[in-house]
Amino acid sequence: MRPVRTAFAGALLGTLVLAGCGQSGTTTATPTSAPATTSAPASASADFPVTIEAGNGKVTLTKKPERIISLSATHTETLFAIGAGPQVVAADDQSNHPPEAPKTDLSGLKPNVEAIVAHKPDLVIVSDDLDKVVAELGKLNVPVLLQPAATKIDEAYEEITELGAATGNKAKADEVVSGMKAAMEKLAAEAPKDKKLTYYHELDQTPYAATSQTFIGQIYSMFGLTNIADKAPDAAGGYPKLSAEFVAQADPDLVFLADVKCCQQSKETLAKRPGWANLSAIKNDRVIQLDDDIASRWGPRIVQLAESIGAAVSKAGAS
Amino acid sequence: MTRQAGPSRARPRWVLGALGVLAVSMVAGLLDGAADISPWQVLLQAVDWLPLVHVDSGLAPVEQGLLYELRLPRVLVAAVVGGLLAMAGAAYQGVFRNPLADPYLLGAAAGAGLAATLAIVMLPAVAGSIPVAAFIGAVGGVFLAYTLGNTAGRAGGTATLVLAGVAVTSFLTAIQTFVQQFKVEELQRIYSWILGDVGGGWDQLWLVLPYAAVSSAVLLLHGRMLDVLSVGDEEATSLGLRAARVRFTVLLAASLATAAAVAVSGLIGFVGIVVPHVVRRLAGGSYRIVLPLSLIGGAAFLVLADLVARTVLAPAELPIGVVTMFVGAPFFVTVLRMTRRSFT
Repeated sequence: MRPVRTAFAGALLGTLVLAGCGQSGTTTATPTSAPATTSAPASASADFPVTIEAGNGKVTLTKKPERIISLSATHTETLFAIGAGPQVVAADDQSNHPPEAPKTDLSGLKPNVEAIVAHKPDLVIVSDDLDKVVAELGKLNVPVLLQPAATKIDEAYEEITELGAATGNKAKADEVVSGMKAAMEKLAAEAPKDKKLTYYHELDQTPYAATSQTFIGQIYSMFGLTNIADKAPDAAGGYPKLSAEFVAQADPDLVFLADVKCCQQSKETLAKRPGWANLSAIKNDRVIQLDDDIASRWGPRIVQLAESIGAAVSKAGAS
Repeated sequence: MTRQAGPSRARPRWVLGALGVLAVSMVAGLLDGAADISPWQVLLQAVDWLPLVHVDSGLAPVEQGLLYELRLPRVLVAAVVGGLLAMAGAAYQGVFRNPLADPYLLGAAAGAGLAATLAIVMLPAVAGSIPVAAFIGAVGGVFLAYTLGNTAGRAGGTATLVLAGVAVTSFLTAIQTFVQQFKVEELQRIYSWILGDVGGGWDQLWLVLPYAAVSSAVLLLHGRMLDVLSVGDEEATSLGLRAARVRFTVLLAASLATAAAVAVSGLIGFVGIVVPHVVRRLAGGSYRIVLPLSLIGGAAFLVLADLVARTVLAPAELPIGVVTMFVGAPFFVTVLRMTRRSFT
């Protein structure tokens, strides 16, 4: 559920702490000129220099980065999946996958520029420009790639490809993406779509849901599922706080929990909530406990998320 | 009616009118919600709940369940919490002889906020840990402010007490923010708790009811003494009132009411200030009338605010604290403009 929390944290920090993070776009030309001052030796690789169209504008890297810092758990996963793992010298405190990731106490949600620079990075990857981190690193001539949370599956693929290009692992990244695409298409093709099943994806027991407009909702749509949260008006955002009585009345066929690790939610805790004991998903044992991390990151492991959804749909479709 | 009419004569009429408003708002709160059930069927179902009556509402068991397990307790919790906050607000204003005092003044909100944050961060798995923590935190915050106020200044003095409350609030809020910095991923839950929620079912109602009963009884019995207190401590003493003791008792009861309300609903702002003021504008300044009318009026106000919170974006919900401030503030200003009678 990290993207939502991040969004909330971002909104909070954005309104409370920084007055104008929207201006980062204008100040990000610096990374482009940065390598010029370091008198880069002729790169050994033919792939460099390379220019990436990132969330913070065009970023040019003159040589293959060897000291990468990832301040996003999703991008840490991607870097290791595309073979850039050895180049990563530090990852943020949320980067718990893969186990060999050099997790540090660096915070991606409250970035500390001095602590980042102390690791002598030649590339910093972030998913949120919190506390003007992009501009501040730019001032210090540290190249930064802002790859924001994907809102569509294609964006997730694109970010993996771009990270491949930026780190000199383009071939491996392309391979990872085509493998993901093939796996996702196969899962979607296998899904029984005639059943017209409805589902509820829970991010937080208060209860916050995700609509089909979100990245996660798109993955569910691949399996022909109908999202009960889609009845929420646009004004409520992609992650509306649903009314408990609405969920009870909608009585979804499947309930997917993305608040298992954080908040120990399960079929049993759901049944204890007022008015929910008779939900058919609880009675028919169709409450699926997802891995919070996998269900909130837009990296290579979305295939695993899709597999758990596919398995649940097949099980429900078979009976 | 003329405003000069004594409270003794005006009282029954005002109380009856307020009870009528509360009844209407509670029925409205029951009839509408995110689930799409016809109001007529809800009414039939409500009649069916009454003892000795059986009516067939034609509702499916799951719909009956959601009305009984979710909507009905929600309306009742909103009523109790709103009543407690408004009455506590009126009581604090009487004790401090300050029209801007509110239930959160003495560190109750900050204590509850800190304790709830700690519970969210440290005991996420323990069911019911948040209300218990909030209750302890609210009582603790007030106790801290009271102790500091009494140590720093004259025992029973109000100015020092208020300042101690401000200091305690700042200090506890700082610790809360500090804790949040280490658990940024819990910000959303802390944030949504702070904005308030009266959902949660019968458990919440049973949790708040005993404290509500005790604190309401104590406060309602002290209305006349608060009237005497309003002439000033020395005069009150010369009239045979033990001012410091009355002040302590009322403070204790009002803080208990606040703590109970905060524990089940989170921090819902504005009710404690706006309702007593509206009541005073309409029915006069005697605490014998202000306290009961604030109790009933606060209940009606929060039931309606919650109705707005859960229907305006249905099936999504707005935090109720947003509604109380967004709808309450313009309403408050309108009442101020309409009556134009200064409170002294």
